Amino acid sequence: MNNRSRFVLLFIITLFINPTLSKSQNFLGGEVHGSFQLDAQTYKADSAIGAPDVEEKMLMNGFLNVIYTNGPFTAGVRYEGYLDPILGYDPRYKGQGIPYRYVQFQKGMFDLTAGNFYEQFGNGLVLRSYEEWNLGYDNSIDGFRAKIEPVQGIIVKGVIGKQRFFWDKGPGIVRGADGEINFNDVIRKWADARTRIILGGSFVSKYQADEQIMVDESHMLNLPLDVGAWAGRLNLIRGGFTLTGEYAMKYNDPSAINHYIYKNGQAIWLNASYSVKGFGITLSSKYIDNMSFKSKRTETSNALDINFLPPLTDQYAYSLAAIYPYATQPNGEFGYLGQVVYTIPKKTKIGGKYGTTVKLAYSRTDDIQRTALNDTTAIGSPGTDGYKASLFGRGDTKYYEELNVELTRKFSPSFKAILFYLYQVYNIEVIEGHTGEPIVYAHTAVADLVYRLNDKHALHMELQHLWSKQDKGDWAMGLLEYTISPHWFFVVFDQYNYGNPDKDKRFHFYNLGFGYMHESSRIELRYARQREGIICVGGVCRNVPASNGFTLTITSSF
Amino acid sequence: MRYIMKSTIFIVLVFLVTGYTCMAQGDTRGNRTIPPVTVKTMDGQSFSTADLTNEGNPMIISFWALWCKPCIRELTTISDVYDEWQEETGVKLVAISIDDSRSSSKVMPFVNGKGWSYEVYLDPNGDFKRAMNVNLIPHTFLINGKGEIVWQHTSFTEGAELELIDLVRKVKAGEDISGKQKDQ
Repeated sequence: MNNRSRFVLLFIITLFINPTLSKSQNFLGGEVHGSFQLDAQTYKADSAIGAPDVEEKMLMNGFLNVIYTNGPFTAGVRYEGYLDPILGYDPRYKGQGIPYRYVQFQKGMFDLTAGNFYEQFGNGLVLRSYEEWNLGYDNSIDGFRAKIEPVQGIIVKGVIGKQRFFWDKGPGIVRGADGEINFNDVIRKWADARTRIILGGSFVSKYQADEQIMVDESHMLNLPLDVGAWAGRLNLIRGGFTLTGEYAMKYNDPSAINHYIYKNGQAIWLNASYSVKGFGITLSSKYIDNMSFKSKRTETSNALDINFLPPLTDQYAYSLAAIYPYATQPNGEFGYLGQVVYTIPKKTKIGGKYGTTVKLAYSRTDDIQRTALNDTTAIGSPGTDGYKASLFGRGDTKYYEELNVELTRKFSPSFKAILFYLYQVYNIEVIEGHTGEPIVYAHTAVADLVYRLNDKHALHMELQHLWSKQDKGDWAMGLLEYTISPHWFFVVFDQYNYGNPDKDKRFHFYNLGFGYMHESSRIELRYARQREGIICVGGVCRNVPASNGFTLTITSSF
Repeated sequence: MRYIMKSTIFIVLVFLVTGYTCMAQGDTRGNRTIPPVTVKTMDGQSFSTADLTNEGNPMIISFWALWCKPCIRELTTISDVYDEWQEETGVKLVAISIDDSRSSSKVMPFVNGKGWSYEVYLDPNGDFKRAMNVNLIPHTFLINGKGEIVWQHTSFTEGAELELIDLVRKVKAGEDISGKQKDQ
C-alpha cells in the first residue's frame, strides 16, 4: 500500500467516524460538502469538418470533489475519471484516480497545508498553480504550504512540492516564498490616509536533476540544475485611482520552449486605472522576454508551468468573436491595452429611460526586438545566450490587434439589447503555427436581444456576422433561446461558414439542446456539429472542442 | 489491485456523501457557514471571507467574471432593482469576480463604469470558488442573518431574480427555506 492510498484511507476513516459522532450534536460535528461534474459525448465520424472516427463511440470526463471541515481542520479529495478523455483534452489524462487530496489547518496567524494546493504569488509571473476543468488544465503543487499573518497587513507564504503531471508528478521540485505588506494596516498613523501602499516580493526556484540534451551531434548542454526567479510588485491606491506594477526576472533556464538558450528572462506588467460611479478607464502594458518557466525542461505542452503569463487581450463570449482568440507568446511579446466603460445616465436624451452602457477597448501585441549577440551567432542559437533585448523594445512582427465597441441598453422592462462590434488583426502564423498563412483581418458584428414575455418566459436571440477575406472567410450565425425561469432552457443555433473560399467547405455547424436546472444542479443535453470555441448558453460559459454528436453535462454542488 | 482499491474507495466516498446529503436534508441542520478564504478587494487589499457579514440581514453572494455574459446580465438586472431590494429587506449583494490576473485589474473600472453599488471582491486564483464548490458561473448563494448558507443556484435565466427576492423575503421573515427545496 503506497503513501497515497494510506492517506486516502485515513481520510475516509475520519469521514466514517464523524457522522456517528455528529448525531450527538456539538461533539466533533464537522461539515461535508463538495461538487460533481460529468461531461459525456458521443461521436459520429464527420470527415468533412474533420471530426474523426472515435473507436470508443462515447467519451467522458468527470470529477467528484469532497471537502470536509471541522473547526480549524479541512481535508479534501477529488476523484477524477476520463473514460477516455473527451477529444480536445490531453490524451495523457486517460485513466481514473485521486490526483488531488490535502489536509489544511487554519488557526490564528497560521494556515498550513500538506498535499495538493493551488497558489499564486502576485500576478502569477513567477508562480501560479491553478485548475481549469473546462480547459483540462491542472498544475497543482503536491507538497507543503505555510501561510503566516504575524500582524494584520503582513502575509508571508512558503511553498515546496512537485507539480501534477496528468496521473504523475513532474520531475522538478518547486520551492518559493512570497511576502506582502500593506503599509496602511501596519503603520497606525497611515490607517486613514487617502493613499494606500501595498508592496510585495517573491522568490521561486526549481530543481531538476541533470540529463543529457544534445544541441547537435557533438555538443551536449551543461544544464543549470537550480533555476531561480524573483519578482517585486507595488500597488498604489488614491481615491478612484489605482496604479499596480510587477517586475519579474528569471535566471538562465534552457528549455525546449526557448530552444535551449541561456539568456535571462524578464517580464513587466503595468496597470493604471481611474474610476468613479458611471465611468471607468484602464490602461495596461506588458512586456515579456523568455519567461516560460516549467518544472520539466523538455515539456512543450500546456503542462508543468510554474508561472502564468496572462494575455492582455479581451476574452469574448460571442461565438464568432471567439474564432480568433489570442494566446500569450512566452518567448517574447510586448503589448498594451486601453479600455473605457461609461454609463450614459438614465432619463437623459441619449441614455434613455434606463441608461446605456458604452464599452470601448483597444489592444495591440507585437513581438519584442531582438539583436544578435555578435556577427557569427544567429539569433536564438541553442546553447548560447540567444540574443540581446532591452525592456520595452518592440519588434517588427505584429501578433495581434483589436478594437471593440459594445453598447448595452434596456429599452423597456421587457426588452434589452447589446450591440457589439470587433475588429481584429490576427497573426495566424505565429499564434496557431500555420506557417505561410497570411495575417487575418476580421470584422465581427453582433446583435444580442432579450425579450421577456412575462415573469418566467423569455426569448433570447443572437445575430452574428464575421467578415474576413483570409482564412475561412465569412461566417453568419443565428441563435434562438427560450427560457422558463428558473428551471428550463431550450436553444438552437447555426453557424454557417458560407464565405469559405473553398466551396466544398461551406459548412453549417448546428446545435440543438435543452437543459434543466434545479438549485445548484444542472443537466444539459445537446446535439451538435461544432468547431472549437467558447460557448455561453443557458446561463453558463464553457470551452467546447470540435465534434459531431450528443453531449450530456451534469453538474451539482452540495 | 491498486485499481480495485481506488474504485472501492470511490464507491465508499459516494455512499458517504449521499448519506450525508440525506442526513442534512432529513434534519434541520443546513448550517453550513462561509469558509474563511483570503480574497482581494477591487484595489488589491487582502480581505478574509470570514468577515463577510450583513449585520443580521440576508446576504447574496454571486460568483461572476467579465467574460461571462449571463453573469453580467444577472448583475445588471438586479442592479436596476437593488435600491428597492435593500430598502425592503436590508439585503446586501456581494459579487465575487473570478477573473484571473489577465483581467482582474479591469474589474473595478468595469463595476464603477456600470454604476453597480455592490460590494465586489476578486478571487483571481479561484480559492474562494473552490472552497464554495462552484463549478460553473453564475453561481448564487443566499446567506441568512446568522451567516448560514441556506440556498444556492447555478446559472441565470430571465426572471430568476424574482425567485431570488422572494427567497430573500422569506429568509428575512425568519422562514427556513433550506428544508423544502421543492418547486412552487
